[in-house]
Amino acid sequence: MSIWEYANPKKFMQTSAFLLPWVTGLALIAMLVGLVWGFFFTPDADKFGATVKIIYLHVPAAMMAISAWTMMLVTSLIWLIRRHHVSALAAKAAAPIGLMFTVIGLVTGAIWGQPMWGTWWAWDPRLTAFLILALFYLGYIALWAAVENPDTAADLTSVLAIVGSVFAFLSRYAVLFWNQGLHQGASLSLDEQENVSDVYWLPLVVCIAGFVLLFVTLVLIRTRTEIRSRRLQALLTRERLA
Amino acid sequence: MIALLFRDLRLAVRAGGGFGLGLAFFLLVAVIVPLGVGPEPATLARIAPGILWVGALLSCLLSLDRIFALDFEDGSLDLLATSPLPMEGAVAVKALAHWLVTGLPLVLAAPVLGVLLNLPLPGYPWLVISLALGTPALSIIGAFGAALTVGLKRGGLLMSLLVLPLYMPTLIFGAEVVKRGAAGMTVATPLALLAAITAGALALLPFAAAAAIRVNLR
Repeated sequence: MSIWEYANPKKFMQTSAFLLPWVTGLALIAMLVGLVWGFFFTPDADKFGATVKIIYLHVPAAMMAISAWTMMLVTSLIWLIRRHHVSALAAKAAAPIGLMFTVIGLVTGAIWGQPMWGTWWAWDPRLTAFLILALFYLGYIALWAAVENPDTAADLTSVLAIVGSVFAFLSRYAVLFWNQGLHQGASLSLDEQENVSDVYWLPLVVCIAGFVLLFVTLVLIRTRTEIRSRRLQALLTRERLA
Repeated sequence: MIALLFRDLRLAVRAGGGFGLGLAFFLLVAVIVPLGVGPEPATLARIAPGILWVGALLSCLLSLDRIFALDFEDGSLDLLATSPLPMEGAVAVKALAHWLVTGLPLVLAAPVLGVLLNLPLPGYPWLVISLALGTPALSIIGAFGAALTVGLKRGGLLMSLLVLPLYMPTLIFGAEVVKRGAAGMTVATPLALLAAITAGALALLPFAAAAAIRVNLR
């Protein structure tokens, strides 16, 4: 048994068909529990009031926006090194989901920022870095859409994902240098002093688990769709040649 | 490599090569901005570093698709690929030619446009130094973007979308150098970071661009 077995599309389809209902169910349960718990059964915070509750959407979405790009980087590398098509298709499938998480992070941040900072948008380092990340997602998706040959597209987008990762990382630290921020520090760092208090922390972790599972669910569904559409293309080509 | 460099330079300078277009565009940016924001010297002095850097960046962007597109169309890129010169070297030389034709004139013209925008006096040396250090990075990053989109019919717009996010760190540090220089502050940190980005991009991006070109020629 090796993990590369799942690079076989047939094996991937079988396994993902088996896993999908479980992952979907778990994602639903975790998100329901986390969000309901967070929204209705936690006290209002001293300084924030009820607005603190948007944290249960904002933080998990922001984390997943970065995680999705990391996953695309890894799958792109696997495609470049081992030429497994499923890997390239998974990267393609993850991009729009990652973009949506980025947009959710930005929008919930704006909604939260309005009552707290008195402005929808500020050129704060974290906000700016996220906007740049959204632009990277857009470029990546546009490149996939623009190149006709699927293998060429997979190669080019993989190279872009690698170079883009480096520059997204650089931008993250460049904007820190460029402007001081309004955004608070880490909410969940391993350093306990910085953390939000336990009352908020537990439902937040459940929400994050829910968002991770939601991401896995969506990526599985979209990758399966991509594989099916690739099979369809192959069938159509064969028919035309016959 | 030298022959390729001179060939690219000749093609760029002769009629239809678009030499000077980037420079004209840079001038236009410097003229348009005061028309848009008003002629107050204090306002202009404050935004001059940023405008000059953004203008230089956009002028660079304008001529990027010429790096590979014409050679791709007439087949000379295929000849380059089969020549003994490694593709990485060809990319580096073509980026150098692009810089000599676009980046270097921008560096030289920038002080004049600084006068138009009322850049404070201490800013001038830093403007020239930061552009001289930063525009090579713009050229090589742009060459990577051009290499990604070389096979596409209408790649120009897509290339802007791909390249502009990659330009952001360079822009931030470059404009910061000029801003601090103009305010009389110390510029060592952003200048070192700008130089680091240029050095890193020059060292690594030819490989990425060459990989993209090989894929596009396949």
